[in-house]
Amino acid sequence: MSFAWAKQYEPKSAFTKWIDEKLPFPRLVYNAVGAGYPVPRNLNYMWNFGVLAGFCLMIQIITGVVLAMHYAANATVAFGTVEHIMRNVNYGWMLRYAHANGASFFFIVIYLHIFRGFFYSSYKAPREMIWLLGVVIFLLMMATAFMGYVLPWGQMSFWGAQVITGLFGAIPLVGEPLQIWLLGGFAPDNAALNRFFSLHFLLPFVIAGVVILHIWALHIPGSSNPTGVEVKSESDTVPFHPYYTSKDGFGLGVFLILFTAMVFFLPNALGHPDNYIEANPLSTPALIVPEWYFYPFYAILRAFTGDLTIPFTGIVLIPAKLLGVIGMFGSILVWFILPWLDKSPVRSGHYRPLFRKFFWFGLVPTMAALFYLGGTHAEEPYIMLSQFFTAYYFLHFLVILPIISQIEVPKPLPFSITEGVLGKAATTEAPRAGTVDGGDAGTLPDGSLQPAE
Amino acid sequence: MADMSGASTPAGATDMLDGADGVRRRDWIHIAALSTAGVGGASLLFPLVSQMAPSADVLAQSTSEVDVSAIEPGQAIKTTFRKQPLFVRRLTPKEIEEANAVDVGSLRDPQTLAERTLVGSENLLVTMGVCTHLGCVPLGAAAGEDRGDFGGYFCPCHGSHYDTAGRIRKGPAPKNLSVPEYAFKTDTVIRIG
Amino acid sequence: MSIRLGGIIAGLAITLVLVLWSLVPGVYNFAFGPPAEKPASYAFYEHGEGPEGGYSFDGAMGKWDVGQLQRGYQVYKEVCSACHSLKFVAFRNLQQLGYTEAEVDAEANSWTVPGIDPNTGEATTLPGKPVDFFPSPYPNAIAAAAANNNAIPPDLSLMTKARHDGSAYVYDLLVGYGEADPEKAAKLGFETPPGLYFNKHFPNVNIAMPPPLVLDGQVTYADGTEATIPQMSADVAAFLTWTAEPSLIERKQTGWFVIGFLLFATMLAFLSYKQIWAGMKPKKN
Repeated sequence: MSFAWAKQYEPKSAFTKWIDEKLPFPRLVYNAVGAGYPVPRNLNYMWNFGVLAGFCLMIQIITGVVLAMHYAANATVAFGTVEHIMRNVNYGWMLRYAHANGASFFFIVIYLHIFRGFFYSSYKAPREMIWLLGVVIFLLMMATAFMGYVLPWGQMSFWGAQVITGLFGAIPLVGEPLQIWLLGGFAPDNAALNRFFSLHFLLPFVIAGVVILHIWALHIPGSSNPTGVEVKSESDTVPFHPYYTSKDGFGLGVFLILFTAMVFFLPNALGHPDNYIEANPLSTPALIVPEWYFYPFYAILRAFTGDLTIPFTGIVLIPAKLLGVIGMFGSILVWFILPWLDKSPVRSGHYRPLFRKFFWFGLVPTMAALFYLGGTHAEEPYIMLSQFFTAYYFLHFLVILPIISQIEVPKPLPFSITEGVLGKAATTEAPRAGTVDGGDAGTLPDGSLQPAE
Repeated sequence: MADMSGASTPAGATDMLDGADGVRRRDWIHIAALSTAGVGGASLLFPLVSQMAPSADVLAQSTSEVDVSAIEPGQAIKTTFRKQPLFVRRLTPKEIEEANAVDVGSLRDPQTLAERTLVGSENLLVTMGVCTHLGCVPLGAAAGEDRGDFGGYFCPCHGSHYDTAGRIRKGPAPKNLSVPEYAFKTDTVIRIG
Repeated sequence: MSIRLGGIIAGLAITLVLVLWSLVPGVYNFAFGPPAEKPASYAFYEHGEGPEGGYSFDGAMGKWDVGQLQRGYQVYKEVCSACHSLKFVAFRNLQQLGYTEAEVDAEANSWTVPGIDPNTGEATTLPGKPVDFFPSPYPNAIAAAAANNNAIPPDLSLMTKARHDGSAYVYDLLVGYGEADPEKAAKLGFETPPGLYFNKHFPNVNIAMPPPLVLDGQVTYADGTEATIPQMSADVAAFLTWTAEPSLIERKQTGWFVIGFLLFATMLAFLSYKQIWAGMKPKKN
């Protein structure tokens, strides 16, 4: 669906008309990311990250396919073939560093994209399906990234595979057979490495498929916006092209500058030195940590140190190991029910004073702390702090958000997006941007809402 | 579009897309931005294409050394050069005579034996063991193999016959067996590549 | 007070209690538990900063000091290679250190590498060729362990990338040998176990590697540089930085070019974006 005022694709030449009749692919593109897609005119830079994430996926697929031309998934030679790529293959070092850092930047972009969703409540009706598909993409990304990190077959690769498959060993009854089945052996070796490579190659294309669904679902209600007020009239929107293609183009440039600075000047800063030591099943590194983008979930995993028992009886209901696994997966699965936990009719955090306080002073510091704690040694006071922030994390979603949505008195919303951008005057007279003199940006709750800022 | 509902069309779009005043002012900035992006995108192709070319270790393997002292006249050995078979053959006087008796002008790929060997060692024929038709390995290097109608090499895949100078005489192959660059490193060892 | 508000207040109160409760065991342990025991060796560890003045390849504009790399190679060849392999480096790579093709040929020839006798097919050793990789001093890991009191000397190809701030680490390690402060050692009951060596820059200060560089002038440099222990240490650390990442300098130089181009392209993209949105910004009085 689209808005009634969306521009229609009009093929000009005989050739494009012929194509349009046989396979209206240009029309699809025109309606999806071209002039035929009306987008709220007030999107801020936080709305850049969706396109950037798609771009990251492309970087990863292209560099990944190329690296797979030189890599061999065999435990005896895998580490050597990675070094072969770094030393002998033309521009191999560039491709590999781009792929390794590309994973990190993909996660940076995705975390900002999710952060945007949290603050502006992008998960709320009518956009629940977009959100749910997004969480699926995130889970697939985590699986892909984990398996990719195993492929260089360094120490961290090996022990990461050991530890993460060990999580499944925590499941009662089937855990241990399941872990052995996942690895195809009693410890990570050829069988595990080869299946991880196969799946690591497959999953990005599955992600691309879900991304298409994600974008499809987005085009049903159209993009959200920083006021959280739905689009009411044509003056609320601009065509995606050229307005947001140009803005995303600029955003892409900034992203690429940061990305290439990392690739060319600090390519190993986000990695771990131990992964330049070939896998050794007989010696565990002093500190086993996953890649930085798993830190919050790793911190939650390690926060559960005690068994869940019936008080004073000593009967163990859930052992600590299983609790940690449940907690870690639960911390993401809770996002699946988020649209039904936060029932406030107001979307944007700008108009929700109480929500905003808990967001900036509760959730954001908690995430920051968990990011830090996941990379530390498992010792006090870090365990204690992990437990504190893990408790807050779950309570934020499961208790605080539902309560806030009950008691909060939201600030008055603008009548429309146009009013939010141009001030009240714009809604009474013809809202022709650039000709409106009476527009008062000062009434905005947040100056960043102006599209041109 | 702009005519129908100009009042609600953002002014920027009108100026940019329709060029209301007939002149596309400052359009050059969009053209410049797009072409720069195009140049950037195209230059990405360079590493992506280049990575498929032979890597440094493969290029470094591209010389071979062969000790030719033990090859008796009439014998040939099969060795490798750049992961491809290489034939080194010591010709008998009779074979040299046969090769020189051919009218060069009548050949598909006219070359004399002297052009295909080093000065001073005309009896040592070094050729790639790769049929110039579609790349099979011709027979005739090992003892007892079919040497074809002309006593040189015979490719069983599609029936190309090479003579004692490794020249194509009959069959579909377009060229003579190619002679790699080589030189004597010592009196008995040749270095190919 | 309505029932709903009461429920909400109760919910928030329970949240607060639960969050604080999560702190109890940790705080209890932290305050009353046994103090974390750190091994006595922690008292002797000193963090090093690498050679004075850093390396020529440091920083975004760094370059190899070819003379230093050649000296470092000499130290590796004459000292380290007795125990440590360099398995990802081939002799042909030495050309990057400024040696000519003929010199690399001769250098490769001066090493013996495992090979197969072309006539008998038996395992033997042959003089190295440029395509060969640096040979391991031991036939396998078991032999390496047996010869070194069960501590296998690690391969050095990637050593400077396999340690945090590796170029400095290698230098620090090589100059960090010595004696533990006897007074402090006596007080803490610290003793370097037999078969290990005290090294203040090694994480647990007891290292299995005997001091490799013990004398000034242990190596006689071809370029006449005075071979002090710090000099040799810095040289070999520089050489190992090169072995770990031969493309280091090429990488940084490419980076400048790429970022320069991107800055230009992004500036154009910004102008184009501003131009397109020019009519959209509300005029302010």
